[in-house]
Amino acid sequence: MTTLDQIVKNQLAKIIAVDTDKLPFKLIEMGCLPGNKVQLKQLAPLKDPMYLVIDGCHLAIRKETAKHISIEIIE
Amino acid sequence: MNKVLNVALIGNPNTGKTSVFNALTGLNQKVGNYPGITVEKKQGICRLNRTTKAHIIDLPGTYSLNASSMDESVVVELLLNRNDKDFPDVAVVVSDIENLKRNLLLFTQIKDLEIPTLLVINMSDQMKRKGISLDIERLEEKLGTKIALISTREQSGIDQLKEFLIDYRQLSVQAIIPISSIDTDYFSNLATVFPNQSLYKLWLVITQDINFTKLERQKIEDATNYKTQSESQLKRLQQKETIKRYQFINTALKETYTVDREKATDYRSRLDRVLIHRFWGYVIFFMILLTIFQVLFNWSSIPMDFIDESFSRLSEATKAKLPPGVFTNLLSEGIIAGLGGIIIFIPQIAFLFLFISVLEETGYMSRVVFLMDRGLRRYGLSGKSVIPLISGTACAIPAVMATRNIENWKERLITILVTPFTTCSARLPVYLILISLVIPQGSFMGFGYQGLTLMGLYLLGFGMAIFSAAILNRILHIPSKTYFVVEMPDYKLPLLKNVIITVVEKTKAFVLEAGKIILAISILLWVMASYGPGEKFTKADQIVQQHPGAATFSPEQLEIEIAAYKLEHSFIGILGKSIEPVIAPLGFDWKIGIALISSFAAREVFVGTLATIYSVGNDQGETIKNRMAAETKANGAPLFDLPTGVSLMLFYAFAMQCMSTLAIVKKETNSWRWPLIQLVGMTFIAYISSLVCYQLLA
Repeated sequence: MTTLDQIVKNQLAKIIAVDTDKLPFKLIEMGCLPGNKVQLKQLAPLKDPMYLVIDGCHLAIRKETAKHISIEIIE
Repeated sequence: MNKVLNVALIGNPNTGKTSVFNALTGLNQKVGNYPGITVEKKQGICRLNRTTKAHIIDLPGTYSLNASSMDESVVVELLLNRNDKDFPDVAVVVSDIENLKRNLLLFTQIKDLEIPTLLVINMSDQMKRKGISLDIERLEEKLGTKIALISTREQSGIDQLKEFLIDYRQLSVQAIIPISSIDTDYFSNLATVFPNQSLYKLWLVITQDINFTKLERQKIEDATNYKTQSESQLKRLQQKETIKRYQFINTALKETYTVDREKATDYRSRLDRVLIHRFWGYVIFFMILLTIFQVLFNWSSIPMDFIDESFSRLSEATKAKLPPGVFTNLLSEGIIAGLGGIIIFIPQIAFLFLFISVLEETGYMSRVVFLMDRGLRRYGLSGKSVIPLISGTACAIPAVMATRNIENWKERLITILVTPFTTCSARLPVYLILISLVIPQGSFMGFGYQGLTLMGLYLLGFGMAIFSAAILNRILHIPSKTYFVVEMPDYKLPLLKNVIITVVEKTKAFVLEAGKIILAISILLWVMASYGPGEKFTKADQIVQQHPGAATFSPEQLEIEIAAYKLEHSFIGILGKSIEPVIAPLGFDWKIGIALISSFAAREVFVGTLATIYSVGNDQGETIKNRMAAETKANGAPLFDLPTGVSLMLFYAFAMQCMSTLAIVKKETNSWRWPLIQLVGMTFIAYISSLVCYQLLA
């Protein structure tokens, strides 16, 4: 198990847990919930923010936010 | 009898909600602000059939009813307040076909408020390309609503939506998620304390401290105090609620919504590969900016010159045709000159909003945010600051308002504070006229000096914004959480109708809002320049005639001398002279002083002021530029020489000379502290840099 900021490009992972105290609630509402799949589409040119597809939803978040999301790499 | 139905359009950002609004209302809409806050309020009228009209409100885009910004709380406040005159008879949730799952989260929340709720699924034209198929009837059954599948692009489905609106009474108002199922203990406890209240509404109030109606305020105050759980426990309950809602949505979509990946063409990934490429991404962004500036200056200069000349001719003609007198002078020198000063900005504002709305409509703006975030963060800004900084080149007022989607308070505050440094369109006429007066026409490597100077001034504005942001980032100690979540929407071709409506609305807002101030100031200035205290003003003719040497003047020369003497002793002349000692080290005389004072109301007044000052007693109908070029210092050298010109440009680049911006900053930061800091800080920077520059060059 690791955190979302460690994921590499095109890797697919499953969300294990989210820290509701640290994350903006909007992210949870957009589908960042335990059990959902997440994939890294692209890193911005300066390695941050991250362009993710979470449960079919395309969005960008910063690495410092991604730290609070635990994941399990699938492939 | 005519019935008027209150309809609220609600939906996630990027679902084409505004397109639906535009399709329903056309140009029959009104854009204003919610009282006391700067959230845009859009409403319009749509005729549903011969007897029924709909009053439609386009509510700000929101992902859910758990508001995290002022825009979003407007939505919640309206939906919780049955006594609001805009309270909807029917809520229309607008979703888009691709993100239906996420959009339905908001739908379930609205439905739980027990308001008749319709679902619009927009962008049906995308279904084929994305390989999506949908069983509408079964989905309607599962969600307990009616669904209008529409495409604003192909203009289909709107009539069906209207029919559903007419029959809104047939919609079920059954809640979807029994909120008490989330935590039986907590909610049964709540139900005992607040009997006869909707538990879901109470829950919304408890989790976000929103205002209620007078009638229910007392109860709500009790409710907000009713936080038997810690904040983090409440958040966990909210997460549980969200999971429950998604479980329901997943079940509803499972058999009704299918995506065949084989048939889908993924334009988004292909375009993203180029548009946010580590090298090409920036090149493309730079090229787009370059194009915008090019168009802004080259294309709009044609209508602007035309407007400038037409107004100076109109003013001349008015003077010639009407009988001479106070009224004629007020009309030709005050009102017509003032109107010209407003209308001249229309081409530029229209072009800028044309570009901004196209970039936003296509989905490209989100990519810019993504590209720029890391680089700007080091200066205490956010990727989302790019939009305000770019919009600032039109006007700081909409730009400051555009900071609202920056969720991090410190980043937002810094963006608000530095945005007025970017070169707004009001500075442009000042720059243009000064550049044409003091910068020679030659060229360097094919680029004209004048164009290069203008570009330099823009870069200077951006540079100063970034530099002061970096300093503010060091000085300000504001603990704040990162809330950077940016949706990356699919690319779309912009809808012409939306773009045109945006351009018309923004231009109208400028003409009506800023225009009022500009016109009022123009008239005030004319009065101040046309009247003065004491005998020196009223008896100017005699005084000048008695002057030694006056006898040798030709009649024309005499008239000019009298006019100049009058101006010097008018109210405005006295005011300008009184600040002359302060601004003389910057190379400014008292006439420029007058223009500086008047442009504290709004920068664009500068050129108009000089025009007014120099046109008082000027019957030649010359353009403003020629009049300014003819101005001389005491020693006969031209007043607008290089040192004075450059010093003046620097002053305009840095000084906070816009009352309206200060007012909007006060509104957005909710305190006078920040606008005052802005005013003092920026004026100080401006004074020092002009002083240094003039003393070095002169």
